[in-house]
Amino acid sequence: MTETQTPPGATTGPDRSRRPGTGTTATRVLGILALVAVAWLVAFGLGFSPADRDQEESVRILYVHVPTIWVAYVAFVVTAICSGLYMFTKNHALGFDRAAGASAEIGVLFVALTLVVGALWGRLTWGVFWQWDARLTTTALLFVTYIGYLAVRRLGGSHHQRARRSAVIGMLAVLLIPLVHWSVRLWRSLHQEATVLRTDGQVKMDGLMLFSLFVGVVAFALIYVWLMLHRTRVMALEDALDDHGLEAALAARRAEGEN
Amino acid sequence: MRVWRVALLVAGKDLRIERRSRVVTNQIVPFAAVTMVMFAFALDADVVLQRVAPGLVWLATLFSMLVLVQRAYAIETDDGGLDALRVAGVDPAALFLGKALALAVQLAVLEVILLGTAVVLYGAEIRLEGGVLLVTTLITATCGLAVVGTLYGGLAAGFRGRETLLPLLVLPVVAPVLIGATRAVESALGTAGAVVSEGWPWVGLLTVFAVAFGVGGTLAFGPLIDE
Repeated sequence: MTETQTPPGATTGPDRSRRPGTGTTATRVLGILALVAVAWLVAFGLGFSPADRDQEESVRILYVHVPTIWVAYVAFVVTAICSGLYMFTKNHALGFDRAAGASAEIGVLFVALTLVVGALWGRLTWGVFWQWDARLTTTALLFVTYIGYLAVRRLGGSHHQRARRSAVIGMLAVLLIPLVHWSVRLWRSLHQEATVLRTDGQVKMDGLMLFSLFVGVVAFALIYVWLMLHRTRVMALEDALDDHGLEAALAARRAEGEN
Repeated sequence: MRVWRVALLVAGKDLRIERRSRVVTNQIVPFAAVTMVMFAFALDADVVLQRVAPGLVWLATLFSMLVLVQRAYAIETDDGGLDALRVAGVDPAALFLGKALALAVQLAVLEVILLGTAVVLYGAEIRLEGGVLLVTTLITATCGLAVVGTLYGGLAAGFRGRETLLPLLVLPVVAPVLIGATRAVESALGTAGAVVSEGWPWVGLLTVFAVAFGVGGTLAFGPLIDE
């Protein structure tokens, strides 16, 4: 994937009918599916699913709060795997690095969404925006850690320098998460117990609510994939622009010298 | 062990530079001391200060560590020292361990001074039965901080904007050390009636942290600085 292919839309040839962009048929279909899933989520989350006995209407926040954090976890795992693939495969393909970066960006976005929505939910059910509880604190640290990762990606240098540095950080971050979680658990433990991902296999939730949650997971997963595809393509374009920009500047200087 | 011999040489070199330049004694220790005085201004109450003394000691250590790490790499990158060491065939693992060792020694000295400051300024009391726990905590926490500092310092070394990037990278990573070391020192000092035995699980956490990042850093340092 180290190719310097002409990315979709970047052609300046005779094919003027295609608008420049990162969209392809696949992403358009995926985008429409994601929109349908979101519409479905709105219908089930705000309409069909029942209100909770204790939390009443505020429970509907769950359908955004939980799917976003699950997808964010998956995104960070994808970052770690792609970082590993970059580091340990022979040809060190930059494609893996871009996928790792794009996944981390979307992960950070989703964690931010979880935190904001969670703070609003906390205000409604606990009476405060923030509690120094184990899961909240861990999530906040996770958020900051990946902001750091994104900052490392913008340090500069060649594409492979960027890829190597961020791959190391991407893998170390995965090492860090269990340590942070363990320390914070020991430190504090108000957040409700996990209701779906329980170790005893018992799900304590109303069927329709569970289904709405499932719709939420599907919707956010589709959004994740759609954003991933576009973002990696934009990153490939950015890299190509960097390479091309340098060559163009050199050529311009040479041309100046000749005149 | 060749790696350790080289590591000791690197550590010796770093410490010799520090001893001769006196940046640690003339700037970093006073900075840490000023931080401790500033905490007292911010938390204007004797009782509160005694209660939070262990945490403030570690916070001051973390802030000073950021300065120490910048310094440890500034002396390398200014004259291309890091590249020279690599060209001379120094094993990156030895380089990492050496620099971490030098940083650990400086941090340990700083922590002892800060603890002394807490006793004098905040009225913290060191008790005999918590002695072993206190020393073990200082050693394990210092090792954890040193390896993380060295690893992330090496990453940011030689780039524009490293002064601002380093705190962002390092502080979330060392959060477990801050939590663990603070609780362990509270137990050792008996702050707010804490018992010594409560401190040991935290030392376990600190040890796992130090070992995990020590091994991770030794392996990752090569690819990081090899540009």
